[in-house]
Amino acid sequence: MKRRGVLKLLSMSAAIAAIGLGSSSLYAQGKTVKVGILHSLSGTMAISETVLKDTVLMAVDEINAKGGVMGYKIEPVVVDPASNWPLFAEKARQLITQDKVAVVFGCWTSVSRKSVLPVFEELNSLLFYPVQYEGEEISKNVFYTGAAPNQQAIPAVEYLMSKDGGSAKRWVLLGTDYVYPRTTNKILRAFLKSKGVAESDIMEDYTPFGHADYQTIIAKIKKFSSEGKKTAVVSTINGDSNVPFYKELGNQGLKATDVPVVAFSVGEEELRGVDTKPLVGHLAAWNYFMSIKTPANDEFTKKWASYAKAKSIAGHKDKPLTNDPMEATYIGIYMWKQAVEKAKSFDVPKVTAAMAGQTFKAPSGITSKMDEKNHHLHKAVFIGEVTAEGQFNVVWKTKGPVKAQPWSPFIAGNDKKKDEPALMAEKKK
Amino acid sequence: MGLWQARAALAALLICLAGAAQALDKAAVEKLAAGDNDQKIEAIGALVAEGDPQALAVLARFAEGEVEVDGKKVEVVVNNRLRGAVAAALAALRLLAPERALRLAAAKELAAGADASMLPLVKKALEKEQDADIRPLLELVAASMEMKSGDKAQRLAAIRMLGESTSPNSKTLLAEAARDDDEDIRAEAQKSLRAVEGRLAWGERLGLLFAGVSLGSILLLAALGLAITYGLMGVINMAHGELIMIGAYTTYVVQVLFRKTSFFDWYLLAAVPASFVVAAAVGMVLERVVIRWLYGRPLETLLATWGISLMLIQLVRTLFGAQNVQVENPAFMSGGIQALSNLVLPWSRVMIILFAALVLAGMWALLTRTRLGLFVRGVTQNRAMASCVGVPTARVDTWAFGLGSGIAGLAGCALSQLGNVGPDLGQGYIVDSFLVVVFGGVGQLAGTVYAALTLGFANKFLEAWSGAVLAKIALLVFIIIFIQRRPQGMFALKGRAVEA
Repeated sequence: MKRRGVLKLLSMSAAIAAIGLGSSSLYAQGKTVKVGILHSLSGTMAISETVLKDTVLMAVDEINAKGGVMGYKIEPVVVDPASNWPLFAEKARQLITQDKVAVVFGCWTSVSRKSVLPVFEELNSLLFYPVQYEGEEISKNVFYTGAAPNQQAIPAVEYLMSKDGGSAKRWVLLGTDYVYPRTTNKILRAFLKSKGVAESDIMEDYTPFGHADYQTIIAKIKKFSSEGKKTAVVSTINGDSNVPFYKELGNQGLKATDVPVVAFSVGEEELRGVDTKPLVGHLAAWNYFMSIKTPANDEFTKKWASYAKAKSIAGHKDKPLTNDPMEATYIGIYMWKQAVEKAKSFDVPKVTAAMAGQTFKAPSGITSKMDEKNHHLHKAVFIGEVTAEGQFNVVWKTKGPVKAQPWSPFIAGNDKKKDEPALMAEKKK
Repeated sequence: MGLWQARAALAALLICLAGAAQALDKAAVEKLAAGDNDQKIEAIGALVAEGDPQALAVLARFAEGEVEVDGKKVEVVVNNRLRGAVAAALAALRLLAPERALRLAAAKELAAGADASMLPLVKKALEKEQDADIRPLLELVAASMEMKSGDKAQRLAAIRMLGESTSPNSKTLLAEAARDDDEDIRAEAQKSLRAVEGRLAWGERLGLLFAGVSLGSILLLAALGLAITYGLMGVINMAHGELIMIGAYTTYVVQVLFRKTSFFDWYLLAAVPASFVVAAAVGMVLERVVIRWLYGRPLETLLATWGISLMLIQLVRTLFGAQNVQVENPAFMSGGIQALSNLVLPWSRVMIILFAALVLAGMWALLTRTRLGLFVRGVTQNRAMASCVGVPTARVDTWAFGLGSGIAGLAGCALSQLGNVGPDLGQGYIVDSFLVVVFGGVGQLAGTVYAALTLGFANKFLEAWSGAVLAKIALLVFIIIFIQRRPQGMFALKGRAVEA
């Protein structure tokens, strides 16, 4: 009892101290500002998320070397939510309330984002989410620097339908069993139907997280593809399941010229350690590829290579790879810096307002713009084919940036939804 | 499999041709370099139609993304559509090659689906071809091309011809023809389609069977070690999964060591004993230090081994990092055997099935044919009596636990060839391992084998029928009900078994 009393006293005094310091004087003390990094460093998603943590750290180093944000030095706070969705919410709360970070960069899977969303809304803090996702969400507390379905999934399917993509007529929608693949496939199904694809020409299948045995799935795809015209596979498999999936695909001899597989969550990083020679020609749709040849990308990849070497990041120090979510993370942190400097404050509502219309010269070669209203980036879409070296060869791209449609027109009822955060829209009334 | 031979032969062919002067259709080559994709496809067709062996060299370079125009190299982007067209074109050109292996590979490639524009070339090849293996393939290719184009009699003949094949491509073509406007063609196509489907169904069934055996062999490997430590010795070893993980990481370390040498493809020969020894050593240390003091107290054993499993995970995480490490397959483990036209058996899985059988045979021999095996069986059946006749029971316990752990290490070595190797690797297999051992009947090695295969088949058949997510749930429900009805598992220990 006694000990608990002391604890209570301590925590109360800490709380009072925190309130006393308040928002105005908290950062001024050592002229530092804390930034949270919320990416899984272990578990099934670590394969994808670990580099994003390092990308934030690299950008932070860069910004600090150039004098920080508004003269404040950025102090990164790294936590590991361990691919455990409820733990994401706990860690987010810890970052915001205990570490008092000004902004959080984090999450990969939509289920983790959905898990932290109530925390950010309740505590009115900011999250930058760097991964392509299914849409159906605009929160005033989140900036989405990855692609919405119309910036990735739909163009990819359109490409496969085109003559150059192989004029696919039958579709296998394959994914990991959670919200992103389910919603994306719902959108794609509606889209395919609108293009006149019959119900019997679509096969949908899901596997659990961390699934390792893709024998039957590949056999099913083979059977399905022999039943009619040209078949294509749309894969929304996430995390380390991709390694056994592509290994099985290669071993079973399913070639891209027969049945192309287009993936939305497989980039340069996921293909590391997979023998890509049998996979040449399979596709991925992203808003950035490491192989893109622009001066901005040369600089980005060089910076990453030297950073990885300096910090001896496992894997990357010998074979540095960059990918789309890394680029999106990088754009996000620089846009946040620009917005803070424009708002002249770390205050969340002020930064949020200043984010609208921010632009940044993205490594992909375009000038990416944060939409004035809907919290999503305008991005260019690229479709790449896997090469024998584990890179992607861009075979198609949009002419310029595409505005995000977080509310997909292919889901019923979305036409009535506003293209901006709900709360803001209410305030304006 | 034949790819490398084919490539080598192709290279030889190219060298022979390189001497000849460039006398190709220049307009076509220019189109390859600068045209849009439609024009490029046209150009490929034009180059092939001439049947000029020089086209081979140009197209092979084109597939690599390079075209030479007037001595200047131009880079081109080659996508799937172009790559497919080039592959078919190269195959068609190779039909005229002098080497039999090349022609056979080319004919096989074309049989998997080819554009009708290659028909003249195929016909030309058919005139010359005498080989008994290649000729029927070519006839099939010609038939599938004539399916779409020729007159009615030709089409009917083609449909009948396709009806005798076992290629999935024929099925696709016939399914299309089965919706034809012409009554006769439709009827004939439906008949042929049924015949082809009947034959293909066998491939599918065998494929499912193979998937079941493959999963069964993996489950067996994972559970076999546990069958000794839990089944025979009665230790509820929650760290069993981590011993598997240690085996996988040992394989990784061996692989890294071998990467610098020229014997990379043979690293598994060293990795197999290494993973056994390392995991066995860890297991024996565990037994000596912790588990020995907890015999007869299952609850404490469970808690202690669970704690050890967490420590081992963290240890590996600290040593190797939290991310998965990459274990590359040796060259002979990638690819597969084309058993039937629609059934490929991946080498990695075939090897693991064989490996599981070997491990099982080895363990059986060890338990029934050696002195140590005799001691282990003696101690598990009646510890007091064994002790009385002079068996050093404590030492036998250590050896037995080491054996079980070593086999877990072997499982890790095998699993590293199929999936991911990370600190959490063992967590995914601990539940499955216990399921297999309990389902088979605790204390029964034969039971473990049957249980692993049964669960492997059940899982794969359910997966094919209801999808992976539901299959997993259904299987767990089935096991719960089964254990409720028959707690002793499939095979019960009969007779005067000693229950402590």
